[in-house]
Amino acid sequence: MNAPTDTAEARELALAGMGASRLRKEDARFIQGKGNYVDDLKLPGMLHMDIVRAPVAHARIKKINKEAALAMPGVHAVLTADDLKPLKLHWMPTLAGDVAAVLADEKVHFQMQEVAIVIADDRYIAADAVEAVEVEYEELPVVMDPFEALKPDAPVLREDLAGKTEGAHGKREHHNHIFTWEAGDKAAADAAFDAAPVKVSQHMYYPRVHPCPLETCGCVANFDPIRGELTTHITSQAPHVVRTVVSLLSGIPESKVRIISPDIGGGFGNKVGIYPGYVCVIVASIVLGRPVKWVEDRIENISSTAFARDYHMDGELAATSDGKILGLRVNVVADHGAFDACADPTKFPAGLFHICSGSYDVPAAHASVKGVYTNKAPGGVAYRCSFRVTEAVYLIERMVDVLAQKLGMDKAEIRAKNFIKKEQFPYTSAFGFEYDSGDYHTALQKVLDAVDYKGLRAEQAAKRADPNSPTLMGIGLVTFTEVVGAGPSKMCDILGVGMFDSCEIRVHPTGSAIARMGTITQGQGHQTTYAQIIATELGIPSEVIQVEEGDTSTAPYGLGTYGSRSTPVAGAAIALAARKIHAKAKKIAAHLLEVNEGDLDWEVDRFKVKGDDAKFKTMAEISWAAYNQPPEGLEPGLEAVHYYDPPNFTYPFGIYLCVVDIDRATGETKIRRFYALDDCGTRINPMIIEGQIHGGLTEGFAVAMGQQMPFDAQGNLMGNTLMDYFLPTAVETPKWETDFTVTPSPHHPIGAKGVAESPHVGSIPTFTSAIVDAFSHLGVTHLDMPHSSYRLWKSLREHGAAL
Amino acid sequence: MTIRTAITVNGKETSREVEARTLLVHYLREELSLTGTHVGCDTSNCGACTVLLDGEAVKSCTVLAAQVHDCNITTIEGAAQADGSFSPVQEGFRQEHGLQCGFCTPGMLVRSYRLLQENPNPTEEEIRVGISGNLCRCTGYQNIVKAVQSAARKLQEAATATA
Repeated sequence: MNAPTDTAEARELALAGMGASRLRKEDARFIQGKGNYVDDLKLPGMLHMDIVRAPVAHARIKKINKEAALAMPGVHAVLTADDLKPLKLHWMPTLAGDVAAVLADEKVHFQMQEVAIVIADDRYIAADAVEAVEVEYEELPVVMDPFEALKPDAPVLREDLAGKTEGAHGKREHHNHIFTWEAGDKAAADAAFDAAPVKVSQHMYYPRVHPCPLETCGCVANFDPIRGELTTHITSQAPHVVRTVVSLLSGIPESKVRIISPDIGGGFGNKVGIYPGYVCVIVASIVLGRPVKWVEDRIENISSTAFARDYHMDGELAATSDGKILGLRVNVVADHGAFDACADPTKFPAGLFHICSGSYDVPAAHASVKGVYTNKAPGGVAYRCSFRVTEAVYLIERMVDVLAQKLGMDKAEIRAKNFIKKEQFPYTSAFGFEYDSGDYHTALQKVLDAVDYKGLRAEQAAKRADPNSPTLMGIGLVTFTEVVGAGPSKMCDILGVGMFDSCEIRVHPTGSAIARMGTITQGQGHQTTYAQIIATELGIPSEVIQVEEGDTSTAPYGLGTYGSRSTPVAGAAIALAARKIHAKAKKIAAHLLEVNEGDLDWEVDRFKVKGDDAKFKTMAEISWAAYNQPPEGLEPGLEAVHYYDPPNFTYPFGIYLCVVDIDRATGETKIRRFYALDDCGTRINPMIIEGQIHGGLTEGFAVAMGQQMPFDAQGNLMGNTLMDYFLPTAVETPKWETDFTVTPSPHHPIGAKGVAESPHVGSIPTFTSAIVDAFSHLGVTHLDMPHSSYRLWKSLREHGAAL
Repeated sequence: MTIRTAITVNGKETSREVEARTLLVHYLREELSLTGTHVGCDTSNCGACTVLLDGEAVKSCTVLAAQVHDCNITTIEGAAQADGSFSPVQEGFRQEHGLQCGFCTPGMLVRSYRLLQENPNPTEEEIRVGISGNLCRCTGYQNIVKAVQSAARKLQEAATATA
C-alpha cells in the first residue's frame, strides 16, 4: 500500500510546480549581500572610465583640449569623436533605424550628451580628469517643443541628415521630422465620424518620464589581446542582442564576443538600449588591452539614458447617443529627442500603440503618430510596458471617460456596453490585432461587487451635495487590455533578428536538471518560476532545477526580457523543450517496462502501465537509464532545445478601480483605495504575481502622481536627481488590494499571458480617471499628469472648488 | 592626501591608507570587497548604501572613511546570526517576498534591523515612516512592511523565550 506521502496529490505538491507560491530561489544571495551586479566586478588591472558631458543642449564644439587631463597622474587616455572616427565608431546605428553619436561629432544635440571619455586608474581620478577636459562650445538655438521643431524656419537639429528625405520608416517631410506612421482605416474611421450623432475629442500630454531602476547602467569590458576575445559584463535586458551588435560594430567574430548580464538591479525598459557609454568602454578596453569599468551615476542615468513617453495625443471618439462607440481617431506628435533610438520592433516605430482601441468593440479606427527630433536625450523605451502600450491604454481609457461624461453615462456602464464579448474571441480589432481570449464582463462585475461601486457613487453624491465637504471624492475605473509577448517573427524583429525566445534543458543522470534561457531576470524571479514550469511538465522537483540566464556563451540565443515577453515567449519555449524531453522519457520508460508507449499513462512524475499501478518508472529512474541503457536506436542523454516563435501576441487584461479624496484646501490627494483585478491567464507563482503587481502599481502611482522630466527653454533638465525626480517612499505609496480571474491564452502552451507590466499600464489611467472624476461635476473632462498637490491646488482654484 | 584609517567592519579590524576623500561606501566596496552595500544615487536619497555606524543606520555614501576611524561598521555581510543562519529580518524578507531585484535589499535590511531595535513593536505606519529613507523600485513596499512585521514577531517571540 502506498504511504500517504506517495499519493499523486502529495507528489505533485512536493514538486512545487505551476500554481505554487514557492519562495524565491534568488533571495538567499540577495539577503546576504552576495548578489553579483556589474559594479561588484573587480578584475586585475582594471581601469575606470568616466564621461565628459555637454552642459548645453545644442552647440557646435569649437575645440576640445585634453592636455591638462592627460597630464594628470593615473590618467591613461582621453578619447573624443575624432579618436573614434578611424575606427568608424563615432556614430552607431540605433534600434530604430537611425544613427546616434557615440561621442558628440562636431555638434552637441542635448544636455549631458557624451562628448569625451577619460580612462584612469580609479573612479576618483577619472572624475577629476573629466573636470580637467576643456571643451569650447558655440551655442545654437535650442528646440525643446516638437511643435516648434516642425515649423518651417525651425533650426536644423540633425545636420548629419541634410538632404535625406527618406527615413527608416518612410518619407521625411521636414528637417526635424523622423517619420509618420499610420494604422487602421482612415476612410472607414472618417465615415464613422461623419455619420455619428455624438463626437468627443480630447487633447492630452503624456509627460516624458524615466524608468529609473535603482541600479544605474554600467559595463565592464575586458578585451584579451592575445586571444582576441572580448568579455563584457553589462546591465542589459537583452545580452544576446548586445553580442550581435558588438560583433557587427567591432568586427570581432560573434563567437569571440561573450556578453554577460549578471544580476540586474531593476530594468523597467531602461536597460534595453545600447548606450554610448557601453560602446566607449568596449573601445577603451580594446585600445588599452586592459579591463575597463564604467558605471554611470544617477544624474547621468536620468539625463542621458532612455526616457519613456513624451506623447502629445489628440483622441476622438464617435458614438451613438446611447453610448455605443462607432469610431476612434488618434493623432500623436511624439518627441523622440535628438536621435531616434526608440526600442521597438523594427517595423513598429510607434511600438504597439495601435492597441489603442482597448477592450472595446470599435468598428472603425485610425491612428497616426508623427515622430519628431528635439534637443532632448534620445531613447523612447517601454517603461514597464510593451512598446507604447501604456500610452495607448491611457488614450483609450481617457477617451471612454470623456465620452461617458458627455453622455451623462456611468463609466462602468459605458464600458460594459462596448466591451468585446466573451464569445467574440478570438477577436480581430479595427487595427488588425487578433485578441486571443478575454472575459471582461465577468471581471468588471467582480470588481464592482468587491468595492460596492453603487455605495461609493452614493457617498460621492452626498459629498458633492455638501458645500463644506473638506475633500473632493473621485472614483477611477479602467478596464484595459494589453498586447504583450513580442512577438511573432513574421511581424516582429530587432535589427533583423526575429523576436523568438529559447530554452535548453538538460536532465542529469541523477534526475536534477538545468535550464538555460535567452531571457534575463531583473527581479521577476525567473530562477524560481521557470523551474516551476519544468517541474510540472517533467515531474522533477523545482528545488533541483537550476535556471541560468544572461551568459551568451552558455545560454541559447534569445531576445531578452522586456515587454512582458519572458513568460509568453520564453515560458512557452521551456514548456515545449520539456515536452521534447517528456517524449523521449516516454520511449525510455516503455523500453524499461517492456511495453508499448501507447500502454503508458503519465502521472505527476512517472509513467505508469495502464491498468497496473504497481508497474511504473519515475523520472529519476528514467533519467538514470537515459545515460546507461537507452533503447536501441535512441541516442543517450536527456536534453532538448526549443526556439519558440509565437504564433500571436498574448492579451492580458485587468479591471482597476481607485478611490481618491482630494483635500480642497491643499490639493493633497489621499489614495483611499486601489483595487486591481488582473487576468494574466495561467498563473505560475501567485506570490510572485502579487509582488509584480504591487511593484507595477507603485510605479504607475509614481508616474501618475509625480514623475516628469521638466526642461527649461534652454534645454536644461531641471530634475535629474532623486531629490527632484519622484520615486515614492513607503510613506506615500498606497496600500494595494489585488484580485484575479483566469482566462488562459488558447495559443500558448501553458496558457500564460504575462503579468508584470499590466499594473503599470493599467494603474496610470486609473489614477487620472479618479482625479478627473473628482472634478467631473465641475465640467472638467481631463487633467494632465502628474497630479501633484500643487497642480491640483491650482485646478481647485481654477474651478472654484478650493476651500 | 592620504590618511590611515582603522575601522572595525562586521567585527573584524581593518586598516588602510586611503585618500582622505574616500567615501565609506567605496572603502567597503573597493578596499574590502564587501560589495553587498550598493550605490543607487549621488544625493543620499535612495538608501541602498545603508550600514550601521556604531549601531546607527547611516548612508555610507555620505560618510568619509576617515570620519569613522575607530568606529564599528556593520554591513549586510554581517547581518546573519552568529551561527551563520538567517536573522529574523533576513528570514522575514525571504518569507514575505520582500525583495525582487535585490539591489535595495541590503540597505533596506540593515535599516529594518535598526528600526526594530529602535522600536521593537512598530505599527504599520511606523514601519513605513521608519524605512522611508530607503527607496525600492520593485516591491511597492507592501511586502517589505510584512517582512518587518514578521521579523518583529520573531524577535519578540525570541525575547519572550529567553526572558
